[in-house]
Amino acid sequence: MDEIKEILKKYPDRRGALLPTLYVAQKAYGWLSQEALEEAAKALNLPPATVKGVATFYAMYKHKPMGRHLIQLCTNVACMIMGAERLVDLLKERYGLEPGGTTEDGRFSLVIMECIGACDRAPAMLVDTDFHADLNENNIFEILEKYE
Amino acid sequence: MERFLLKNIDNPESHRLAFYEAEGGYGSLKKALSLKPEEIIGEVKNSGLRGRGGAGFPTGMKWDFASRDPKFPKYLICNADEGEPGTFKDRPILEKNPHLLIEGMIISAYALKAEKGYIYLRGEYPYAKVVLEEAIKEAYEKGYLGDNILGSGFKFDLSVHQGAGAYICGEETALIESIEGKRGQPRIKPPFPVNVGAWGMPTVVNNVETLANIPLIIKIGSEEYKKIGNPECPGPKLYCVSGCVESPGVYELPMGTTLREIIYEHCGGIRGGGELKAVIPGGISTPVLTPDKLDTMMDFVSLPKVGSMLGSGAVMVFDQSVCLVRVCWRAMKFFEHESCGKCTPCREGVSWMRTVLERIESGFGRKGDIELLQDVASNIAGKTFCPLGDGAAGVVLSFIRNFPEEFDYHIEHKKCMVEA
Repeated sequence: MDEIKEILKKYPDRRGALLPTLYVAQKAYGWLSQEALEEAAKALNLPPATVKGVATFYAMYKHKPMGRHLIQLCTNVACMIMGAERLVDLLKERYGLEPGGTTEDGRFSLVIMECIGACDRAPAMLVDTDFHADLNENNIFEILEKYE
Repeated sequence: MERFLLKNIDNPESHRLAFYEAEGGYGSLKKALSLKPEEIIGEVKNSGLRGRGGAGFPTGMKWDFASRDPKFPKYLICNADEGEPGTFKDRPILEKNPHLLIEGMIISAYALKAEKGYIYLRGEYPYAKVVLEEAIKEAYEKGYLGDNILGSGFKFDLSVHQGAGAYICGEETALIESIEGKRGQPRIKPPFPVNVGAWGMPTVVNNVETLANIPLIIKIGSEEYKKIGNPECPGPKLYCVSGCVESPGVYELPMGTTLREIIYEHCGGIRGGGELKAVIPGGISTPVLTPDKLDTMMDFVSLPKVGSMLGSGAVMVFDQSVCLVRVCWRAMKFFEHESCGKCTPCREGVSWMRTVLERIESGFGRKGDIELLQDVASNIAGKTFCPLGDGAAGVVLSFIRNFPEEFDYHIEHKKCMVEA
């Protein structure tokens, strides 16, 4: 709650604090479960339906449990022409990981991103909040193996 | 050309306040605080600075509108929702030169009499968030932010607002909705944000690169500034180049540098000595160009003359190995994903364009598909609240117009001419 109080100071009304509050709830619960959404609604004194309506608009709020590590791989045009789609296939072959899915052991979830602003070093991805670029068929696994 | 926006970014300390000050940073702020707000707006108007986010609206005019509105409080928002595919020009400012942006924002806020500012930062830049928040903290500690800035009596508070993965929030009215804690759907204009913006108050939304130009204008004066680049829309410009070139990256060059110079002199030409096939000059939403347009100056006035736009200055280069039908399909998949769903022509039309492009690309194209795409595209353009639909329509129409043989080959031979 202290974190939310700090957030509220930055906005002229409670509703303004909703996006950052959803991030706080997502961090605490791992994803935006019904319970997490209701907590956020209660903290800001907003209707739960309003909160859910906002949360479902944005791609980075998660509405199902995620693996321990979230791979966000870009396949937009610049990454596509540098081979990103092949990397998606390889993730499926190696880990059985589908876009939007999670590995059976709960280690990785994969989300296809729409441009992460690293087109000069394509293909690129975020693993949790770590940025990795200049990916190829070999180094992507060297990188991912470091995430237990 | 001496770099200003990207000055010292190769130095590992470039993001620190002490380093920035030692290099003369915050000198423009001190100078600005000795001027009247109207004088600063006059300088920015006279400089000819046009917004670097894509639309190219004259910055000084935007400020003037907001400043003339009698309502208070006023808000200043930095648009750091750099989401246009192909664009990564603001990233080095955010990560390596954050105090330049902060200084630009404080000067702008002083000119506008805005007491609260936000940096709307895309969720996909977590490292930039860390850097910006640390830089803002440093600026507060040094008295550049907060109450009574440098003893001037001027007050300005600044915070980072993190987006959550929605391209549409780069559109200024959707961005404002998002800051207010709502779904990021655009508002109808007018009223414009300069009169009715965040929480109904006069609000200026400026791109990162635009705000980063302000300290330079104050430092050298608008007359000197106008001597940089094309006099019709002057200043330094960040061009971010990706795709099939030897040295992709962000290049700070005078506004109006030609595509040929950017690709062949600064980026080392086409990778592996290949042959150029197509260029998207300003991010995925801008119409594609053929190689005969290489001598076009990359600025707000020259590109429209050859049927495209400067957009964000994101140059995407394609050589002969790239299938342009596939590029067009992937672009449409992006627009389909990012359409906010508010306006029917965009929501439905973009989805259908993706569907038709997908069947052409995968060898199931039918006779009449090209005409169908043109028909759908022309029923989106101009019929939506915001430019997302216009962009999607313009992309499809430009690919078909400039590279008809690739589409025809796909439909006729059920496969790509690049692989053939």
